[in-house]
Amino acid sequence: MSSSNQSKRKKITDSNLLLTITIVVFFLMYIGAILFQGKGFLKPQTFFNILNANAALLILSCGMSLVMITGGIDISVGGVTALVSMCCAVYLDFHDGNVLGAVAIALAIGLAFGIVQGFLVAYLDIQPFIVSLAGMFFARGMTTIVNTNPFNVANPEFVAMKDTRIVVPGMGSINKLGKYVNAYVEIGVIVAILVVIVLFIILKWTRLGRYFYAVGGNSQSALMLGINVKRTKFLSHLICSFLAGIGGFVYFMHVGSGAASHAMGAEMNAIASSIIGGTMLTGGVGNIIGTFFGVLSLSTIQNIVSSAGLDQAWWTGITIAAMLCLFLVVQSVVMTRKNKK
Amino acid sequence: MTNFKTSRYNETISLGDGIVKKSLLCLSLVAVCLLGVVYFGSVVKVDDAIQLEEDVTPDGIVIGFSQLGAESDWRTANTESMKAAFSEENGYELFFDDGQQKQENQIMAIRKFILQEVDYILLAPVKETGWETVLQEAKDAGIPVIIVDRMVDVADESLYVSWVGSDFELEGAKACEWLNTYTKVKNIPPEEIHIVNIQGTIGASAQIGRTASLETAARKNGWNLLAMKSGEYTQAKAREVMGSFLRKYDNINVVYCENDNEAFGAIEAIESAGRKVGSDIQNGEIMILSFDTTKAGLTDTLNGKIALDTECNPLLGPRVESMIQKIENGETIEKKVYVEENIFSTDKSVKMISIGNTGYPVTIITQDILDSRTY
Repeated sequence: MSSSNQSKRKKITDSNLLLTITIVVFFLMYIGAILFQGKGFLKPQTFFNILNANAALLILSCGMSLVMITGGIDISVGGVTALVSMCCAVYLDFHDGNVLGAVAIALAIGLAFGIVQGFLVAYLDIQPFIVSLAGMFFARGMTTIVNTNPFNVANPEFVAMKDTRIVVPGMGSINKLGKYVNAYVEIGVIVAILVVIVLFIILKWTRLGRYFYAVGGNSQSALMLGINVKRTKFLSHLICSFLAGIGGFVYFMHVGSGAASHAMGAEMNAIASSIIGGTMLTGGVGNIIGTFFGVLSLSTIQNIVSSAGLDQAWWTGITIAAMLCLFLVVQSVVMTRKNKK
Repeated sequence: MTNFKTSRYNETISLGDGIVKKSLLCLSLVAVCLLGVVYFGSVVKVDDAIQLEEDVTPDGIVIGFSQLGAESDWRTANTESMKAAFSEENGYELFFDDGQQKQENQIMAIRKFILQEVDYILLAPVKETGWETVLQEAKDAGIPVIIVDRMVDVADESLYVSWVGSDFELEGAKACEWLNTYTKVKNIPPEEIHIVNIQGTIGASAQIGRTASLETAARKNGWNLLAMKSGEYTQAKAREVMGSFLRKYDNINVVYCENDNEAFGAIEAIESAGRKVGSDIQNGEIMILSFDTTKAGLTDTLNGKIALDTECNPLLGPRVESMIQKIENGETIEKKVYVEENIFSTDKSVKMISIGNTGYPVTIITQDILDSRTY
């Protein structure tokens, strides 16, 4: 028992190392940005703008982390986001829909993808990568079929919701004219934070949450423990796609338009954020707080690179590549140490 | 963790639990730090006495430029022109932001510029609609916005100071009028003109203007406009589109490409289908009409592959710079500023075209003109 305890402690330290690195890197980056780019980053609103712009990515990444913890992957989330945006946009603008209906459409699309993909992965035992690859192509294709041309939604009810700003007290700043401007976040940020909290609770305090880790860590052992592995895998994909539906609507709420090119590469950003946040591709390791900081790190890099006046988009790519590389090396070191036990 | 009775598996399961516990601790720590950093920021702003800020705030005029992307040679030339005009030597500091073809990136960039308290915001919008909110924010912050290249579609014109760019409808009209004059000189009846249009990115001002002019001219002159499809301003997409046009229609003799990169794609597709490009459409050649006049485009014009290349001047930097100087000196500036643009061809049969009451000379392309092009 004592040896088991010791090894448990060791592992906690290792996994915690990943999380700590993520958080430290994020703060170093943010402080670096304040030092080298000045003014803008000193204002709290810059941070909230990053949150506003990445609320959808945060939701997608939470779902992605969950699937990755369970040992799978889902690369259809970007496509689902685009499909949700387009369907909601068409419904609101061409069919005089209301916002509640649009939300229902978004959730329904997410659930539909979740059920089909989850079933194929869990019960027919097809590789999650292949299943969600097909899902991605299907979603992107459907988006274009629903409507080819990009357009902005003019539905007044929706526009009012899109422009709703939730004031963050005490965080405002003085603008160029010397006027005090309140800091704000969009509705999407609140949704994203709620998703983070709910998922955090599920993973920590519920039996289902523990099942996810168990199945991802070693599905054979999980099976021997009497865990319904198939059902757990199914649920992880279902939740992920459902979150993609929510994330899709939040994305739609942020951009206010439908376009086939929406959320292009969002699935890769979600995977990158999860990895930066300490989730392992091999499954069984990861947590939502890490993912939260993974998303923040990724979007802060993008913000810094674009503010630095490096006009070439590949600078962002290179910085993210370097970060991913760092985290993967750290992860593999952690894994090696674990295996030596 | 009492669900799992076997201690052997207990450790696997507890792994997640450990992280979660520690991460809660980390989270609260981080939250405190974050609040600290952010609060420090706002306090410092009020005190207005931070050393830092003085270090990074330059003396010159600070410009924030949100460029929509780097999708074509034209765009790159436009960016370079802006960077040259707003250089440090000229007394400016330029914050450049590449929107990567996404409106939300550009909106985020403008919000960033507002927070950075720049003196002017330049916006080259990726599309026309959806700018009201953010432009209002800039206006409320007292930062003048100058729109560059494409137009914004906002009800309240006071949201921007001025717009500088090309008259895309006039460009399209010039190309169509040239074709009209050319066919008259060569005695080609209008019903034998079979045109396909490779459009730009749908919704972009240049696409709207150039497509509209072609549609008007085709109706007026009785040309046969076979099909229109977007090539998204890229060579690869245009090649694909032209390939499908060629399979569908065997009588195409004029291709109206809405930028040079699309023209290159169309030329590739036509040549790989075993057809020839050129202005001799009576003998089975397919005529290419293009826009932008980049160096590469003019090279193809010189060697006769592009029959007519209509200029779309990307060198807006000096123009915008002089406008900002005017604003600084308290002078008023016009709401719409068009740049001057030429048309280039190798064909000498048309020397002059006229639209309305204005005549536009056709510039015969030479190696010298080509060599003097910087983009």
